[in-house]
Amino acid sequence: MTDNCQILTGNQAAAIGVKLSGVQVVSAYPITPQTSLTETLSQYIEGGELEAEYVRVESEHSAMTVCIAASTVGARVFTSTSSHGLLYMHEQLHWAAGSRLPVVMCCVNRGVGAPWSIFNDQQDSIAQRDTGWIQIYCRDNQEIIDTVIQAYRIAEAVYAPVMVCYDGFVLSHTTMPVEVPDEEAVRAFLPPYKPHTILDPHDPRNINPVIFPWRRMDAEGCLRDGYMELRYKLQKALEEAKPVIADVSRAYGRIFGRDHGGFLWQYRLDDADVILAGMGSIATEATMATDMLRKEGIKAGVLGIRLYRPFPREEIREAIGNIKAKALLIFEKDISYGYEGALCSDVKAALYGSAVQPPIHDFICGLGGRDVKASEIADGVKASLNTVDEGDSRPQTIWLNCRKG
Amino acid sequence: MEDKDHHISAMCKPAPGEAGKTGDWRDVRPVINHEKCTPFIKKKPSCFLCWLYCPEGVIRDTIPVQIDLDYCKGCGICAEECPVGAITMVSEGKHDG
Repeated sequence: MTDNCQILTGNQAAAIGVKLSGVQVVSAYPITPQTSLTETLSQYIEGGELEAEYVRVESEHSAMTVCIAASTVGARVFTSTSSHGLLYMHEQLHWAAGSRLPVVMCCVNRGVGAPWSIFNDQQDSIAQRDTGWIQIYCRDNQEIIDTVIQAYRIAEAVYAPVMVCYDGFVLSHTTMPVEVPDEEAVRAFLPPYKPHTILDPHDPRNINPVIFPWRRMDAEGCLRDGYMELRYKLQKALEEAKPVIADVSRAYGRIFGRDHGGFLWQYRLDDADVILAGMGSIATEATMATDMLRKEGIKAGVLGIRLYRPFPREEIREAIGNIKAKALLIFEKDISYGYEGALCSDVKAALYGSAVQPPIHDFICGLGGRDVKASEIADGVKASLNTVDEGDSRPQTIWLNCRKG
Repeated sequence: MEDKDHHISAMCKPAPGEAGKTGDWRDVRPVINHEKCTPFIKKKPSCFLCWLYCPEGVIRDTIPVQIDLDYCKGCGICAEECPVGAITMVSEGKHDG
């Protein structure tokens, strides 16, 4: 392990991670708060620090299209975006996953309009949940640089795209000490990308032709998969990505000294009476709330969820099942309108049929950059515990620090 | 015939028939009356407007003119464009009754 500690923003950390990963094609369109990440990459490329092609495009839709094309001919590719840029990319996200291309992108999380907001929440990437991308949420800038590098090894092992998500401004524009991995060690960690099919003028292929509902014989006499078979293969790839993600996390830890936990991480959880669960920087904030609550004699603990798709159902059941907590409180920066937070629904579904079923409260917080202080989380925890202690175990959705009525 | 598709995404080698025999989409088929067809009467390459207009490229500029019914979708553009009325669209009879 090298001793190369730098003071970096989240976006700088991501850019260095991309550079160390030996990316060959970058295509991106500026959008706050992602812009400084791709600006830094364009400087690396222009200055000769990164031997790659930077393809300028007129939109995020085209940026992802360039990544898909370059990945199809065998290049390691990168893009990044936020908010409306990600929404504009939505169609191409499906094409990248359906084509089974190991595209890696950073989503620098930002709220979506209307009304306009440039500030952080996670509605943008949560809204891409069902596109077939692996989604990993980072809690600090060290995790960003490490996760970008890991993302390429995961994506290229399972042939599925990976979205590395981190909170806009809270992480993207905030400086922290970051250990920068050694370039040679990263090269050794990341084997060269081997495409599953490569476009070659001497052996032409028709990629993604019209697929009929049924299986069909091709001109060479092979019974080709129909649409459903190909969808099933994508689902299976994401399910089978879980052991790969766990292995990559452990292998990275052995080489670079940092294992961010694979799917989940825990903070003071072993003897907790109340579990605070969340993704990204809100979970980091919850660790501070936990310390405050413990000083007051309330045994809180944090379950940080790093991997959102594929969803670590069994691991969440096990983590919660091992602790006889009297309440499970989800803190999340998104809302599935008309129901509840998306993470809460997924955690509840994971616990279906489990012997351990603590009362669950869902805290919708920090939308559009609304500040979430550790003390506010702690106050929310205390209010929830009062409700549960009074014998009310019904599920609740609570809008934290929001004036209602 | 191999029953297992080892590919993880949809792809094929470009070849006739890779999108299926699209002729089976057809409800009406073009029938040429060669006695009226200009190249057939003149015995030399001429007219071939059907060949020029066919959006599927399934008409061959031969004497006599040939239509590949494996891929003709029955749009009727050849019959519409034929200046001498040599092509008639005839029901395939699939939906009769």
